[in-house]
Amino acid sequence: MRTSSRIARLFIENILKMVLLLFAVSIIAFVLVNYSPVDPVQQYVIGVGGVSPEQRLQLEEYWGVNDPPVERYMNWLSALMHGDFGTSLLYRRPVIDIIGERFVNSFALMLCAWLFSGIIGFILGCVMGMKKDGIVDRMVKKICYILSSVPTFWLGLIFLLVFAVELKWFPLGFSTPIGMLDEDVTIWQRLHHLFLPALTLSLMSFANIALHTRQKLIDVLESEYVLFARARGESEFSILRRHGLRNIILPAITLQFASFAELFGGSVIAENVFSYPGLGSAVAAAGLNSDVPLLLGITLFSTLFVAVGNMIANTLYGVIDPQIREAED
Amino acid sequence: MEEKKQPLLEIEDLSVTFKMYDGGALEQKQLQVISSLSVTVYPGEILAIAGSSGSGKSLLASAILGILPGNAEVEGRMIYEGKPMTPDMQKKLRGSEIALVPQSIAYLDPLMKIGKQVDGHKKPYPTQKRKGLFKRFGLPEKTPELYPFQLSGGMARRVLVSTALVEDARLLIADEPTPGMSLDQAKEALSMFRQMADEGKSVILITHDIDLAFDVADRVAVFYAGTTVECAPANDFKTGPEALRHPYSKALWRALPQNDFEPIEGFQPYAGNLPKGCLFGPRCSCKTAECENSVPPMREIRGGEVRCIHAT
Repeated sequence: MRTSSRIARLFIENILKMVLLLFAVSIIAFVLVNYSPVDPVQQYVIGVGGVSPEQRLQLEEYWGVNDPPVERYMNWLSALMHGDFGTSLLYRRPVIDIIGERFVNSFALMLCAWLFSGIIGFILGCVMGMKKDGIVDRMVKKICYILSSVPTFWLGLIFLLVFAVELKWFPLGFSTPIGMLDEDVTIWQRLHHLFLPALTLSLMSFANIALHTRQKLIDVLESEYVLFARARGESEFSILRRHGLRNIILPAITLQFASFAELFGGSVIAENVFSYPGLGSAVAAAGLNSDVPLLLGITLFSTLFVAVGNMIANTLYGVIDPQIREAED
Repeated sequence: MEEKKQPLLEIEDLSVTFKMYDGGALEQKQLQVISSLSVTVYPGEILAIAGSSGSGKSLLASAILGILPGNAEVEGRMIYEGKPMTPDMQKKLRGSEIALVPQSIAYLDPLMKIGKQVDGHKKPYPTQKRKGLFKRFGLPEKTPELYPFQLSGGMARRVLVSTALVEDARLLIADEPTPGMSLDQAKEALSMFRQMADEGKSVILITHDIDLAFDVADRVAVFYAGTTVECAPANDFKTGPEALRHPYSKALWRALPQNDFEPIEGFQPYAGNLPKGCLFGPRCSCKTAECENSVPPMREIRGGEVRCIHAT
């Protein structure tokens, strides 16, 4: 079918764009680290302890710290091509292992927040749009404005104070109970630890999707095709079900996939507030401790993550929207 | 047509006013777009409503269906089958007894397939009837599977007409149904309207195509600046100015290419900027001082109605 070949072409185009993007980001990140005051040798020396100046020179020689930047970049890139992201100076383990392990935690957190903000935001947006200027609309709108102006970390701190310190409903931090072996932790304990950070993270992006859905639904309800649906005797609920959802779900899904960047950015903050061991707290630790391999690795990985989100949003449009899907037929 | 029949729909002194905020200031402005409009539709007839754009034709359709926007205020009487129309009644009549043929493709949901869309929301879906209609209109077989944006102009018109015909309506309001159709298709659509009228239903044909109005309609109501200036049997319009009553109708007749092709001086006044007294006054050749006193009432002359104090 022609449609499927179109989607395949779209997919390949997007993959190519993504490779180019990763390449560009790797150069920019490398240059930035190169000009930063970060000194990986110093960091390593502190970690190991008891290194003489001669040994340090040998180390610099061995690592190639004084080679020209282009040569070092090429070395790094060729190692990357072979799947070698280097070893984290902070954790003394391969970067790729740390990313993999941390990402599982972060993924659970971001997925919960993403689904929660998407579903609740969409439903609230629909309610607001249907009852435009009503009491619910005005109240939820104000809440949305407040939530989008409040900094995430502050919201996280308030949640900690109220729900963890005062009410003691939720733990203060981490992804598992302290002093327990990983294999003994139940799924409920994990979810219990996940709840507050996920809530904080979802409240960050939920206002966005709710307000967007509201406006989009209002536009649809003012359209001529809804006027005609009314003329044919459709009730308000039938209009929402038959025409409203159909016309607002696509932009909402796209917006949700395109919000991966904010989601990742927000997770850095939320994970730090709740001491949650995910990628976000790892990237902060890597930055603060001059862990260059880990920092660059996570930078590339997060670029990939955001680019995949955008690619899904792009491709979905082509698959779902008939005006794009069948435009060439 | 028998004169003593009970009208299906009577509209008396209908006014539609929009509340608007003028410019940046929070000053509310009343904009009267339809004023003291009166028109009557009988069962078994096609009533054409003719007038230039901006004369309030499409708003009349929304007013009858009760789907005007929230900032519109309706005054006057609308009587359906002898009963005053209430919003509740309009709600029941919409899509069952009164059907609308919309003006353009913008009135179709861009993301819904044509077949599903024409079938509408009422179960059981009138799929068989829809198929029959599409066949009669010569629509290609794949049409039900298409989306609105894939229709050609003519196909779109036929689909729009079908949306109204699948419903068993007693009153059909067609808002500019024929532009974009070929002559044959237009004739087919109009002959279906004719057939509906002959079955005892009523059709209101809103159009600026005056020729067409004369040809298929039983009676023609001429709109000017949000009100009716004349309502007369279609034959009078075929006969010519001597059979017509209102100066505007006469001028319209003369403006047609096959007649004198002579334009009327001036412009139709914009709502909110209406002249005093007779709305056609400033452009009228028979205007006298009395014309500015008040809007002339509709009166009966020679089997038609006219809103002019000088008409004979």
